[in-house]
Formats: sequence, C-alpha cells, structure tokens
Amino acid sequence: MRKWISLLLATILTAAVAVACASTGDSTAQGGDNNANSTLNTVTSRGSLICGVNGQLPGFSFVDNTGEYSGMDVDFCRAIAAALFDDPTKVEFRNLSAQERFTALAAGEIDVLIRNTTWTINRDTALGLEFAPTTFFDGQGMLVTTASGIRDVKGLSGKSICVQSGTTTEQNLTDRFRKLNIPFTPVVFDDEDALYSAFAQGRCQAATSDRSQLTARRKTLPNPDNYVVLDEVISKEPLGPATRNNDSRWADAVKWVVFGTFQAEELGITKDNLAQFENSNDPEVKRLLGKEGTLGSDMGLPNDFMARVIKHVGNYGEIYERNIGGPFQLERGPNELWTNGGLIYAPPFR
Amino acid sequence: MDEHKVPLWRDDRFLKIALQVIVLAIVVALLALLGGNALINLRRLGIPPGYDFLNNPASFGIGDTAIPYSPTDSFGRALLVGLVNTLRVIVLGIILATILGIVVGIARLSENWLVRQIATIYVEIFRNTPLLLQLFFLYTAVFLRFPAVENSIRLPGPTFLSNQGIFLLWPAGTARTWIALAVIIGSLILGILLWRQRVKVIVLQGASGQNYFFAMIALAVIAVLALLFGLDWQAPVLQGDVVTGGLNLSGEFGALLAGLVLYTAAFIAEVVRAGIQSVSKGQWEASRALGLQPGLAMRLVIFPQALRVMIPPLTSEYLNLAKNSSLAAGIAYADFFQVANTINNQTGRVLQVVSLIMITYLTINLIISLAMNWFNQQVQIKER
Repeated sequence: MRKWISLLLATILTAAVAVACASTGDSTAQGGDNNANSTLNTVTSRGSLICGVNGQLPGFSFVDNTGEYSGMDVDFCRAIAAALFDDPTKVEFRNLSAQERFTALAAGEIDVLIRNTTWTINRDTALGLEFAPTTFFDGQGMLVTTASGIRDVKGLSGKSICVQSGTTTEQNLTDRFRKLNIPFTPVVFDDEDALYSAFAQGRCQAATSDRSQLTARRKTLPNPDNYVVLDEVISKEPLGPATRNNDSRWADAVKWVVFGTFQAEELGITKDNLAQFENSNDPEVKRLLGKEGTLGSDMGLPNDFMARVIKHVGNYGEIYERNIGGPFQLERGPNELWTNGGLIYAPPFR
Repeated sequence: MDEHKVPLWRDDRFLKIALQVIVLAIVVALLALLGGNALINLRRLGIPPGYDFLNNPASFGIGDTAIPYSPTDSFGRALLVGLVNTLRVIVLGIILATILGIVVGIARLSENWLVRQIATIYVEIFRNTPLLLQLFFLYTAVFLRFPAVENSIRLPGPTFLSNQGIFLLWPAGTARTWIALAVIIGSLILGILLWRQRVKVIVLQGASGQNYFFAMIALAVIAVLALLFGLDWQAPVLQGDVVTGGLNLSGEFGALLAGLVLYTAAFIAEVVRAGIQSVSKGQWEASRALGLQPGLAMRLVIFPQALRVMIPPLTSEYLNLAKNSSLAAGIAYADFFQVANTINNQTGRVLQVVSLIMITYLTINLIISLAMNWFNQQVQIKER
C-alpha cells in the first residue's frame, strides 16, 4: 500500500516538473528569431501599434490639454502605423520615464520605443536593444539664468546641476566635469516636469539635457528671456527609435520606414505633391511608392507602405519643420539632408 | 507496527506529510518555472546573468553623499552610498516620528479642547492624503522657497539656510575627531552606569550617593570639553554662490525626512491613542486614588501598560516608513532605490538590480522587526 502511494506521489512530482519544463520550453520558442513570432506579426494581428514615448517633451512627444499627442517622435510612431494599417491613428501611446523605457521595451509592453533615446554602444549591445536610424542628431547643453553670467561649463564649478536620472546626459555631465577636474553637485530627478520646476525655483544653477530639449523647455519656463542655453555642446546625442534585439523583421520594418521618410525628402515627395508623383516615370520614385518591384512586400509590409507614410505623415523635412523647425526656430544643422551638408542619409531603395 | 490496522490513505500523520510534500513540490515547480523563464529571457535579450557588473566604475555623480564617493568608484560603492542615505532617513525618521506621534497621540486625549482639535485635524489631514503628494508639496512649496544660496539666511553657528538645504557646523572627520567622539561616548556610558549605581546605593543603603554625583559632574566636564575642542568643528563658508565645508543637509533630504515624519507620526498618534484607551479606566482611578499627578499617572502607570498593546502596530508603522522612504526618487533624493534604478538603467541588469533592491529592503525591514520583537518581549508582563 505504501508503495502505491509513493508511486502516486512520484507521478505527481514528475508531472509538475514536466509541466514546468514544458512551459519553459514554450518560452524558448517565443524567443527565437523566426518569422511567425516577430513583433511585426503581433502588431499586424493586434491591428494597432503600441509606441513608447516621452509625453513631457514639446517638439518630440507632448500631450496637449486636449489629450492629443504631437511631436517628432509621435510622428514617427504614426508613420509606422500608417505604413502597416494605412491609418496613422492606430497608435496607442505609452508615456514612459527615462528609467522605465528599456524595461518596458524588453518586457514587450511596447512594440517600439521612440522616446528621444540616445544610441550608445552599451544600449545597443548590453541592454539588448536594436536601434533604427537616428532621426535627430542632438548634443548635450546647459541651461542657465542670464543673471548668473555663466558663459561656459567651467563657470559651473562647485554649482548644483539639475539632471534627469537614467539618461546619457547624467553620465556625460559627470565625464565632462571629471575631464575638467572641477567639482559639482548633481541633483537627480526622475521626472522631467519636476526637474524644470525645481530649476525655475532656483534649486540648481544649471539644468542639463539635450539642447533641443533645453530649447523647447526654455520656452515653457515662466520668463524664457531670463534663461539662456550655453553655446558649449558637451556630447553627441543621436536620438532614434529602438526595438528589441533578435527580431530583425520588425527592426527592418521600423528602420526602413524611417529611411523612407529621408528618401522621400531627397526625392522631393511631400504630403501635398504625392499625387503628382503617383504617375512618375522615375524608377526610384516608383520603387519607393511601391508602383514597381516588391520592396515592401519582401519585408512583410504592404508594397505601397511609403506612399501611405507620405500621404498621412509626410517626409522627414515636413516632420522636422512641423515639430521642431516651426515652433522652436531650431536650425536643421546636422539634421539637414546629406545633399545639403547634413547627416540625414538613406541607403538606396533597390 | 501493524500496517493493516490503519490504511495508509487514512493515516492522519501520513496524509499531513503527503500534503506538505505536494505543496512543496508545487512551490518548487513554480519557482523553477519562473527562474527558468527568467534565465531564458535574459539569454534571449543577450543580458549576462551574475553580479560581476557591481565592480565596474559607476561614472555617475551622487548629490548627497554621507560617505566618500566619486564617480570613479564602483557601482557597489554607489549602492552603498544610497544605502547609507536610506538608513539615515529611516533611523532619523523613526526617532522623530515616534516622538511626534506620542505627543500628538496624547494630545488627542487631552482635556484641553483646542489641543485635542488641533491634534485631530493634523492626524486626519496627514493620514488621508497621499504621501507622494505631501512630499512634492513640502519640497516645492516649502524647501525650494528658501532663498538662493547667495542670499542664504544666516543663523548663528554659523549656519546657512537656502534652497540648496541647510549648511551646518560639523566635525572634520580627522583622527582627533574620532578619539574625542570615543571619549564622549565612553563618558556617556560610564555616566549611565554611575547613575544606576547611585540609585541602587540610595535605595538599598540609604546613603547620600554624593561621591557618585561628583564623579558624574567630572565626567560631564570632560565630555563637554571633548565636544567643544576635540571634534575639530568645521564651519561652512559662503563664497559667492558656493558653500564649502561643514555639513550640507540638502533640501531633498529635509523634505523627505519631514514628509515621512509627518505622515508616519499621524498613524503612530492613532496607535498611541488606541493603546492608551485600551488601558482600563480603573487604572486611572487607582493611580488618582494613590495621589499621583495626571502626568505621573500617565508616565508610571498608564503608558507602560499601553506600550504592550502599542508595540505590534508600531512595528508595522516603522516598516511602512522604511518602505515609503523609497519615494525619495520623486523629489531627487539619492536613496538606495534611486541609485539602484540608475544602475539598472545604465547596465540593463534589470533582474539583478531588482533582486538587490528586494533583498535590501527585506533585510532592513527584518532587522526592524527583530528589534521590535525583542523590545516587545521586554515590555510584556513577566509572569513568574
């Protein structure tokens, strides 16, 4: 009798272990880099894109008082949705803090992270991210009060500097002061709004971040004229979309939607004149708009994906002008097309 | 033993054991499932397991540092700085919240109408609003409202009060300081021992205990001298808009400490009130009958009895305070949680960092629990 019970117990134990193994086995399959399990399929079957954005940064992604999202990062989310569904509104935005963003992406809570994220080797490799082309070439700067008379980073010796946690700027700041061998006190905030309100109250003699962000934020401070962004740039900040590692189908889709907007600007195709290009004889235009060849369908997107993106969102120049150039009068600088001496360059569409 | 008398499946002892074995197996299987999943996901994302990364240089700065730290130190050292910052807030917070809580709790039962109402309003406001909100309010509406450093409020000491926090006179931390500190602590301990001995002598032998009294005065003089001249006090100096030297208790630290103390004290006040009310009315009447003043009756009769009821819920409040201290990140105080999050963000070792955070808070809270349980045993009625 005792044996019989032992047998039963042994069976239950084995079953439990087997269940455990079987479930772990499943997740191995999920992790594989095969077509069926790509995020591309998940997004297509869900019928909408979940996009991780900042939500607090005018010019990149900002929620206005009617709850509408706008900004450059937001437009790239919409461009991906337009490419997939021919409908730029099929995006669900998730506001993420700098701290949360990579965990949210790794955990699969969002499909793509477009949250003014700097492309670094550490993030690309150790953090398990895959970066799409840079959509905005930025650099880190310092925001100070005009009254302080501070002209350069050296003038900030021994001062308190407000910085956001979990950002490359936090590390660049430390690196730069170490290089100059001068002391400073970092005041590290989790939340951007809290950071700038503390700065406006004089908690810190300087706030540091990407220069585009400082320029945008300066406009929202109580008296913008009392503040100035220093000319000194202390780092390279290439900002762009990121996806998870080991999902090249999805990474390709995001990558080529971004490149497509560059290419469209290069070819002079805009939201407004798209109709004129529909019947163009230029093979380059035909391939981009999906009139010729199978560039789109080869990568699992609709063949006319770029025509959809241009129709709904426009080309790179339009996106820039609408969100950054117009509202903040920020020169394109390195974000000019390569043909105009900038860094915006798309590989050939062929 | 006759096996046929009680069949195995009706043997109570066996069934109890079997049930436990089954539950254990399920728990182990679940843990294996979760652990296996975690490992597979780490591998899928290309994140290496292990804690070696803690030896890598941190390369980020920390504003509040109670122990020496520079960005070239390791991640482990940065975590230690964060831990010290957290412990600083927890220890001070528990002490201050207890004092305030007891005062307010007793005030809630005061016979003075105004005192009672003020205590009630305080408790209801702080108990019924979110702590994070209170922290933000204290930080932006109180601590950031102080003038900028260059226009600091000067208090005697010299002490500077500004929106960068308070700058205090502080020992320099030289070898001399430590010797003086040891002398002060030594004379304090010796003084307590002398006091006890003196009470014993007075009560048991009916002696005057004057010798002990003089010895204690001598000790006090030594301690005060060591305090004044041995500690190498370092005064903060204001140059332009930069303060050097002395101790800087930042506004973030102040706001967090004040927030935690005010919030937790409101709960402790209620615990104290409940404890006092749980002591039967007869005890009051009996102590009155003995001719004790209300204050003495409270201190000698009621409070020691109330303490027995108060300690278990008080422990929970202390644990809550310890955990709530992690809200520091909201107001830019570099506590353990914030530093750990920064490291998580820079290294991408989510699982490792989260496990470190969990273990750390678990350890802190278990230590608080142990200490409180020990204290609880001390004040329980000793039945002989």
